[in-house]
Amino acid sequence: MEKTIQQIHREALKELESARDAEDVKTISIKYLGRKGAVTQFLRNISSLPAQIRPEAGKKANEAKKNLDALFKKTLMHLESSSRESDDWIDVSLPGRVTPRGSLHPITQINQKICDIFTRLGFDVAEGPEVETDYYNFEALNIPQNHPARDMQDTFYISNAIVLRTHTSPTQPRIMEKQRPPVRIVAPGKVYRCDSDLTHTPMFHQVEGLLVDRNISFGDLKGILTTFVHQMFDPETGLRFRPSYFPFTEPSAEVDIRCVICKGTGCRVCSNTGWIEVLGSGMVHPAVFENVGYDTTRYSGFAFGMGVERIAMLKYGIDDIRKYFENDLRFLRQF
Amino acid sequence: MKVSLSWLQAYVDLNLSVDELADALTMAGLEVEAVSDRYEQLNTVRVGRIVNVTPHPNADTLKLCDVNIGASIIPVVCGAPNVKTDMLAPCALPGTVFPRGIVLEKSTIRGKTSEGMLCSELELGLGDNGSGIMELNGRLSEGDSLNKALGLSDPVLEIDLTPNRPDCLSIIGIAREVAALSGKKVRYPEISLPESTDDIADRTSVTLLDTDLCPRYAAGLVFDIAVKPSPFWLQDRLMSVGLKPINNIVDITNFVMMETGQPLHAFDCDRLAENRIVVRTARENETFVTLDGKERRLDPEMLMICDGEKPVALAGVMGGLNSEIEDATTNILLESAYFDPVCIRKTSKKTGLSTDASHRFERGVDPGGTVAALKRALELIVDIGGGKCIQGIIDEYPSPVSGKTVEVNIGRLNRHLGTRLDDKAIEDYLDSIEFDVEKIDPDRFRVTPPSFRVDIARFEDITEEIARLFGYNNIETTFPLIPADARHPDKKIESRYRIKTMMTGLGFSEAINYSFISQQSCDHLELPAEDPKRNLVHILNPISEDQSVMRTSLIPGLLQTMKYNLSQQNKNLKIFEIGHAFFHTGKTDRQPDEVEMITGLWTGNRIDSTWSSKEVACDFFDMKGIVEELLKNIGIVNAAFTRMPAASCFYTKPGHTAQIINENEPVGLVGEVAPKVIRNYDLKQAAFIFELDLDRLVQSIPDAKSARPIPKFPATSRDITLIIDNDIETYKIIYSVESFQEELVENLHLFDVFAGNPIPKGKKSVSLRVTYRSSQETLEDNRVNDIHKNITARLMKTFDATLPAI
Repeated sequence: MEKTIQQIHREALKELESARDAEDVKTISIKYLGRKGAVTQFLRNISSLPAQIRPEAGKKANEAKKNLDALFKKTLMHLESSSRESDDWIDVSLPGRVTPRGSLHPITQINQKICDIFTRLGFDVAEGPEVETDYYNFEALNIPQNHPARDMQDTFYISNAIVLRTHTSPTQPRIMEKQRPPVRIVAPGKVYRCDSDLTHTPMFHQVEGLLVDRNISFGDLKGILTTFVHQMFDPETGLRFRPSYFPFTEPSAEVDIRCVICKGTGCRVCSNTGWIEVLGSGMVHPAVFENVGYDTTRYSGFAFGMGVERIAMLKYGIDDIRKYFENDLRFLRQF
Repeated sequence: MKVSLSWLQAYVDLNLSVDELADALTMAGLEVEAVSDRYEQLNTVRVGRIVNVTPHPNADTLKLCDVNIGASIIPVVCGAPNVKTDMLAPCALPGTVFPRGIVLEKSTIRGKTSEGMLCSELELGLGDNGSGIMELNGRLSEGDSLNKALGLSDPVLEIDLTPNRPDCLSIIGIAREVAALSGKKVRYPEISLPESTDDIADRTSVTLLDTDLCPRYAAGLVFDIAVKPSPFWLQDRLMSVGLKPINNIVDITNFVMMETGQPLHAFDCDRLAENRIVVRTARENETFVTLDGKERRLDPEMLMICDGEKPVALAGVMGGLNSEIEDATTNILLESAYFDPVCIRKTSKKTGLSTDASHRFERGVDPGGTVAALKRALELIVDIGGGKCIQGIIDEYPSPVSGKTVEVNIGRLNRHLGTRLDDKAIEDYLDSIEFDVEKIDPDRFRVTPPSFRVDIARFEDITEEIARLFGYNNIETTFPLIPADARHPDKKIESRYRIKTMMTGLGFSEAINYSFISQQSCDHLELPAEDPKRNLVHILNPISEDQSVMRTSLIPGLLQTMKYNLSQQNKNLKIFEIGHAFFHTGKTDRQPDEVEMITGLWTGNRIDSTWSSKEVACDFFDMKGIVEELLKNIGIVNAAFTRMPAASCFYTKPGHTAQIINENEPVGLVGEVAPKVIRNYDLKQAAFIFELDLDRLVQSIPDAKSARPIPKFPATSRDITLIIDNDIETYKIIYSVESFQEELVENLHLFDVFAGNPIPKGKKSVSLRVTYRSSQETLEDNRVNDIHKNITARLMKTFDATLPAI
């Protein structure tokens, strides 16, 4: 026996101290603990030692092996982790790979938001045809032929009896013909008016609403629409109800909100009035109820309608209504 | 409707500021759109000091003046006799709009530049002295704007009246509202007609041949008048609301119309055959020349005012050239009538003539105010035009319009509005707007609106009056008590939104195009003559040719969108649109069939050029993958894609188009846009599109999803490679294996398709991985091998296939 296990152990520790990298440590590890390593050899040769020192030497050798093994592993781990920090890296500043999401049209988003608010208030969503009969678009809504109120909307005609609907209001009589009260619906959709300039497009979107039941009052109309405005805009948004005229409601009201741009001090968006018109509304006219066979002494209700483009303009600060239908990807991708 | 405060104050005392007044009217339903000052236009007229006057070298009556307008001294050519050095006078600068509508421009008069104009009172609308320039008080300072220097101000309200309030189409009408809102009383003008010994019955007569269309016709006569310019006060009234003075007679009829809302018409009595009036409907194809000099073709629905022989006015719309007041006119017949609103509206629409008179008649004038307005005008004509009034008036009113009465139940009114108003409050509100209130019992009123309120017909109309006078914003905000039930959500509406969000997840942005397109779109899409997409719905009154028919396809819109974006240098485009297409049913008076389509377009790159990738253009399979993913995610798992026969490909490229079949029904297509169509739209790059019929798909979307158990036993797979004819659609192999209905086959995966060396020409090799699994046990190799051999053999037979030679 040339060397004691203690000597071997010391030499191993000494060599380990001078190791510079993981490779060195691995080499040292093999030199001592590998199949032909010094410690392994020592253990293999233990049987040749005198019997009285054999147990003690065996114990020492096993301790040394265990100790060295743990030390090598620890050193190796330390060296590898420190080399990861320095040499092994990727350029995380490069952009990631992704298929970018597309975007929903702002009109769709606002439309959905409007419908969601009313759905939470217990309204159902319904739809109707975009090409309407004169009856549903006008007559059923108490707008007879040759009534000056027909001037309020410039109509696209397909024939004498068929029009592009000028508002979503025809869904009111259509729904009421099919359903007895209580009725609570909102009806979104495209509408058409023969009008095209800076502030008008010949096609735009509206959401109609209708609530009919017993004992519905004008105060209830105010309650529902106030809730809507506060959910759509800001809970602090000021609003006012202003008398107006629609042939299918009586009393009729326009709903103005405090200008979201200038907060009421006056600006271009609100024509310096501090108010912006966002909704038309009113108590359903008894003539409309009579047309659908509802008993006007038992039921009352209110209806309302709003322009989606207008609300989207206010929500997103869009200043040109024509942008909605140009479909410029640089516009669409902003929403 | 324009209302000047100066005129309004003639009938009601104002205790509100202009802003308060505008706000009060707006909140009572008379929306004040704008408030301006009529003297604001004198802003560009400056106080000028004439510093030097010399004769005009080329004109005896003109003088050259140097005028100090504060900031500078400008040359002005002036012809006024009273112009002299050191005088202060109004000097209008270029751009000034005079009350009679003329705009001043910088000019050269007889070779001399004139950079302004020294003005008379008359020219500025400040008085009737037009004999010379206006001399200003010497203490004013040069350069000041005239309106400020003279403290001129007359606010004008512009009111956007709703069609239900014709009673407010007059200054008195507005005054009535103001009085009601501010607790004042209206001062109606007092009328006293001078007495005369002549009896009107000896001079003229009125015959009504159609009392439905003309329920009331009143007329009066004034003889020996002189037609001349109106006095200043009358001109001033008209100018204050934007009307141009013409002559005393026309001005008086306009004045009374503006004052009372009753349109009047003055005829030259001597030009009326037999000096009498007959009111009748027009005869078929009768023609008539209106005041504007245009010949009008009449029809029997139009009401005509005639003399003893011929028409002399288009009733309620416009007078005729043949009975017009001329400078030499001395005897006039003045008409004040009530015409049927619908008749006047129809005539106005048919002739395209909309006048101040027709605007009022078609909305409904006060049938009770006919005579008062006539007398007011007669009085003014005698006052201003001289002449003598013939005693009496004619008032043909065979069946007087009876006042409507409305019963109002106070409890019902309060329930309807959500108010707690007592009978006294309601009575006071109604009283303030001149409604007659009669108590039936403690809970009920009988209400009679004044004759000018033609819009009031039923209980709800009264509720609106009460609500607007009480103030909409004073009504308590409440919430309806409604049952907490709900309907089942509409499947199409739900599915549509799911599809939209799914498409955005797949990288597509939503477009919304107009529903109307150009008729040429069908040609641009290369549609054959008999294609159903040519069943177009035409718009009778389109905005332009480009938007003259309803779309039968959303593809033209997407191609236009592509074109627009390419022009904006957005070259890589993934867009989709969901919307209606409209198909004519063949019957004009029926609604078209509306079909909702899902469409998409992809052009440009699938992969952009980046630090880690080279750009790759999108192709058919990218678009097909989108459709497959879309269908799978809405629960449609059995849709098949088959080659669209070349004869059915119009706007997509033959051989590069798949028809999409679901439940044995075609539901759409996916393919490359045909090169010809690309050219028709002047596009410079390839595009891929898909269209799906949402209405058909919705029926196949499962209502519920059911979970399948996760397999307990392992799967095993085997590959097959077959050599088949190149023109066989590869996926037929998959369908074929599926048709064997081998229950242990869990999945089929096509992992390689290859043509070329060493595969013989006209052939391709197709490799398929078949996954086998049992839900009962772990499969033994022998069993799987047997099944797999069987499948392979059947496929070889079905497709006349061989195995690869290895």
